[in-house]
Amino acid sequence: MADTKTSQRTPKDFKSDQEVRWCPGCGDHAVLSAVQKALSELGIPKEKFAFISGIGCSSRFPYYMDTYGFHGIHGRASAIASGVKIANPELSVWQITGDGDALAIGGNHFIHVIRRNIDINIILFNNEIYGLTKGQYSPTSEKGLVTKTSPYGTIEEPFSTGELVIGAKGKFFARTIDTNVTLSARIYIEAAQHKGTSVIEVLQNCVIFNDGIHNTVADREVRDERTIILEHGKPMLFGKNADKGLMLNGLKLKVVKPGENGVSEKDILIHDAHEPNPGIHYMLANMRYPEYPVALGVIRSVDGSTYEDDLAEQIKTVQKGSKIKRMDDLMLSGSTWKVE
Amino acid sequence: MAKDTKVVAREEVVIRFSGDSGDGMQLTGTLFSDTAALFGNDLTTFPDYPAEIRAPQGSVGGVSGFQVHLGHSEIDTPGDYADVLVAMNPAAIKANAGLVKQGGIIIYDKDNFTDKNLEKAGYVSDPIAEEKLESYNIIAAPISSMVKEALKCYGLDPKSVLRTKNMFALGMVYWLFDRKLKYTEQYFDKKFEKKPEIAEANKVALRAGYYYAETIEALNPVIKIEPAPIAKGNYRNICGNVATAWGFLAAAEKAGLEIFIGSYPITPATGILEEFAARKDLGVKSFQAEDEIAGICSALGASFAGKLAITSTSGPGLALKSEAIGLGVMAELPIVIVDVQRAGPSTGLPTKTEQADLMQALYGRNGECPVVVLAASTPSNCFQFAYEAARIAVEHMTPVLLLTDGYLANGCEPWRIPSMKDLQEIHPPFANRNEIPFLPYKRDCDTLARSWAIPGTPGLEHRIGGLEKTIKGTVSYVPENHEMMVKLRADKVARVAEKIPDLKITGEESGDLLVVGWGGSRGYLITAVRELQSEGYKIGFVNFNYINPLPKNVKEIFGKFRKIVVAELNLGQFAGYLRMNLQEFRYEQINKVQGSPFTTMEIKEACLKILEGE
Repeated sequence: MADTKTSQRTPKDFKSDQEVRWCPGCGDHAVLSAVQKALSELGIPKEKFAFISGIGCSSRFPYYMDTYGFHGIHGRASAIASGVKIANPELSVWQITGDGDALAIGGNHFIHVIRRNIDINIILFNNEIYGLTKGQYSPTSEKGLVTKTSPYGTIEEPFSTGELVIGAKGKFFARTIDTNVTLSARIYIEAAQHKGTSVIEVLQNCVIFNDGIHNTVADREVRDERTIILEHGKPMLFGKNADKGLMLNGLKLKVVKPGENGVSEKDILIHDAHEPNPGIHYMLANMRYPEYPVALGVIRSVDGSTYEDDLAEQIKTVQKGSKIKRMDDLMLSGSTWKVE
Repeated sequence: MAKDTKVVAREEVVIRFSGDSGDGMQLTGTLFSDTAALFGNDLTTFPDYPAEIRAPQGSVGGVSGFQVHLGHSEIDTPGDYADVLVAMNPAAIKANAGLVKQGGIIIYDKDNFTDKNLEKAGYVSDPIAEEKLESYNIIAAPISSMVKEALKCYGLDPKSVLRTKNMFALGMVYWLFDRKLKYTEQYFDKKFEKKPEIAEANKVALRAGYYYAETIEALNPVIKIEPAPIAKGNYRNICGNVATAWGFLAAAEKAGLEIFIGSYPITPATGILEEFAARKDLGVKSFQAEDEIAGICSALGASFAGKLAITSTSGPGLALKSEAIGLGVMAELPIVIVDVQRAGPSTGLPTKTEQADLMQALYGRNGECPVVVLAASTPSNCFQFAYEAARIAVEHMTPVLLLTDGYLANGCEPWRIPSMKDLQEIHPPFANRNEIPFLPYKRDCDTLARSWAIPGTPGLEHRIGGLEKTIKGTVSYVPENHEMMVKLRADKVARVAEKIPDLKITGEESGDLLVVGWGGSRGYLITAVRELQSEGYKIGFVNFNYINPLPKNVKEIFGKFRKIVVAELNLGQFAGYLRMNLQEFRYEQINKVQGSPFTTMEIKEACLKILEGE
């Protein structure tokens, strides 16, 4: 990409002059830092970035980035971002969205952008609650959650983001925790470099309406034992001392300790994010504590052709074989007659 | 032509081809129209087909029709009543009996008038007698058996043989109007290049029909319609939807912009998306979105990225796009939304025409949300107004809503092909690269348009969006700023009036009655007004293509007439709009909501009532 100057950037270069207005302690602040850090390391000229969002707390994000930005309407960021990327494939297009914006009101656009594999990087802030409207349940809220619109507990089964992405033929899915800026930045860089739709689910804390919802896995004291950071080509080991791992037991994943019960290092699965068959990725994306550690890192990253490249290719092919080069040619093509 | 055949000259004639949805009536009508156009007649066509792709065979609901009106002088409507009806089955008689002129010609396939088909159409005995059509010129042709006979040596299966019935009927009509078969034969040679036996079968059936008509004396005399005196130039037939798509393509080329269309299929607008999808040769990026909302939102994204952005739809889809149009108004991005109106509300009558989306187009959004509204008025001037819509959208940085309707979209007429060099220049207001820091809502002092900074341009990074902003693009909740921005957006749209042509009057310049129309009703209204004027009435006619803002000379024209009547295919939406904007005048109304255009006769009668109602 890029022809203009790619001088070394710092995260500060991506900060706009706008005052950040998220609540103190909100997970969004950390996501913003991680994105600014990742962008500064990508080597892409600043003018090539476009941040597109929908509605919700996270969707204020573009205002805080000194890049091109378009704050859209509720649920429609995927559609707007699709238009931006198809119109100009040279741009690095980022969609900022939340669990309500992407999975409820924008569910249709979300699955279709993924199906088309348009090269957009979607950061989905999942705090399992509606924050901007002040505390109603979302499509990812755990069943039974008491909120303002579910005073007796929700009676809805939640979506699992990864499951939905893979079901929509997604080729890139990753998960991170808001406060883990290093891991997050690494994932954002990988997502940017992946050709095709990338979805990154951020387990994000809403300090006001759903505080601590991810604490069981995200807390510093427990997260090593309750999460697993997947890396392509590396064994699926986790725990402070990397003493636990994942293996296949029949058709299911199982948490084991190498050296115990006849399990050896060799039995531990090696993560293959590039495997086109989504079977294992699906199981990894759906792992829940306490039965399993929650999977972080890049769970799935498979190559595939993108919509915008295929479209450009089609246009090129048709143009090569057509006599119609401009409007005058078109208007005079086919059956015409002359009145003298 | 046989030596003893009599020939009579006529000024104009209306022909209606009618049959089952599967009988190929649209193709038959199109081929006839093309032949007439090549001959030099002026003409207007109107296809009239059911919403069901294949309604039960032989049923009245499944009747598909195609009407063509051709003449030696200017033709503005597909005509009220048919001089010739071609009916392929009893249901076609049932559906059209009332649409044939007294004493007109009815050609029908008598082989298809079986007891079963008669019953399906709701007849007990002979449809001609039941409909009291005996005094008409009835030609009961054994079309099915004749094509079977003509094609018996061609080794085709019975189904393929019967599929050529329409060409037999067309051959008869060609003889009746003394037309050459050459164009139609060439069409089949090209269409079935790889299936020469099918091409041959159609040509054989066509000729068989032609000679059959010559042999029977019932079709005497032959009707001759001389070519119309039309302006010099290159011509082609064009239908409204294709003309719309081409208008945008021309505007994009003129403005030096790439074009993007984001749309979702919907009757009767789909043809626009289809034409764009076929135009990869001109570099069109067409995107069949997952729904109407994604259609417009992807187009807004493309507009933000610096493309000429289009979305096309019909009424129900326009309702779904409302919120996003508001975003376009707030973000001040150029985009054209085409609404090919159909009869509503809700799903309504999807294949039938109406003009009842006007209020939705003008006001159907939250907040103070003005957009420019234009309306095309003939199938071919859909090109002109699509071009205008794109020009205004780009130069004024605003969403423009272009209204056409089912009647215009599917109607076709000869069109004098313009040359690109003669079309008006379009100047996109790109932001100045040196103007740093870029202020996204800084305006041109003449048009009030903001400038267009395209992502990818170094130094012009900025944010836009649906929240109220200051000139800098900063989110602002300051009450005075909001009021100022609301007024600026309204003023920006109002100032478009400075850049559009004056309203033109047809007929008398002043007098007793001014007939006011807008959009697609033009043809019927102008025909009625011309006839009344030739009968000595002091009557004039104006048709609005610019709805918001209105042309600047409206008041002056309205003031020259004693009475004003607004005729439209709804319950009075434009009349209401005029009452609000030009309160000093009194407006009478002519309204119709039957899913079909006015007839010239209806307009004349209603006008006479007003003229005489002193």
